[in-house]
Amino acid sequence: MGPVTSPAPVEIERTESAEEVFAVPEPDVPWITIVHNDPVNLMSYVTYVFQTYFGYPKDKATKLMLDVHHKGRAVVSSGSREEMERDVQAMHGYGLWATLQQDRK
Amino acid sequence: MPGIFEPLPGGGAAVALDDVEISIIRSLAVQLLELIGPGPAEDAPDDPLAELFNEGPSEAPADPVLRRLFPDAYCDPERAPDSPDAAAEQQAHSAEFRRYTENDLRAGKRESALAVIRSLDGLAPVEESGAVLELAPGESRQWLGALNDLRLAIGSRLDITDEDDTDLLYRLPDEDPRKPMVMAYLWLGGLQETLVATLMP
Repeated sequence: MGPVTSPAPVEIERTESAEEVFAVPEPDVPWITIVHNDPVNLMSYVTYVFQTYFGYPKDKATKLMLDVHHKGRAVVSSGSREEMERDVQAMHGYGLWATLQQDRK
Repeated sequence: MPGIFEPLPGGGAAVALDDVEISIIRSLAVQLLELIGPGPAEDAPDDPLAELFNEGPSEAPADPVLRRLFPDAYCDPERAPDSPDAAAEQQAHSAEFRRYTENDLRAGKRESALAVIRSLDGLAPVEESGAVLELAPGESRQWLGALNDLRLAIGSRLDITDEDDTDLLYRLPDEDPRKPMVMAYLWLGGLQETLVATLMP
């Protein structure tokens, strides 16, 4: 494993300029949850998870499942980083391979 | 080995299992429990808060099955990071995510596997050689999760990484040492497929 950076910015005492601290804001880009294809999970089970956990109607759940199956990935939800971490954790609980990232196109 | 779940009137599902099938599922569930390991509270049984306050691991598990069950949350498996800095950041975020989720995820998977073992141990034999397993809706959902975890574990051990691997498994010669595991994998797939059909909203 390479060098690991601190996950949260370290607080540094700076009295001269408060604005400077906020000069580089986190870009206001939403986060997304991506489910990746794997050959073990059954198509019916993946559809079931999308319907049950996200409450998506059958059509939408089936379309997302087919995207995962044919394109290798599908964006299944978007929102704040905290919300996406919750969704990814839930997907891992169901045994689906999910990751989150900021939605930089 | 038909291994077909059927919906019960009023919710839940039932499947007829013979003794061999019961012992296969039970032994696989026990193996999965052993692989997942005990929770942090097990080291401090007198402290009810140990499970709550114990941080999970920050490094990905060494075992490929566990790595598949608990993947890195911030590392896209298909797209490499743009730079070494981006890679380090993804690793750091994944480590942090793991610290506060992996204990819970392990506990959930342990509970599902335990539910499977408990319902098998509670079976009353109806004939000499088998029994009918009846699951309430909540138990069905735990079985569904456990069957999926078992298939992920076996799939990982069999090195199934793309659809072609699955096709190859169907054509394994009988003398191949992987054959019994493949038979169990395909049979569990049938069980899961018919169980999910009973749960479809």
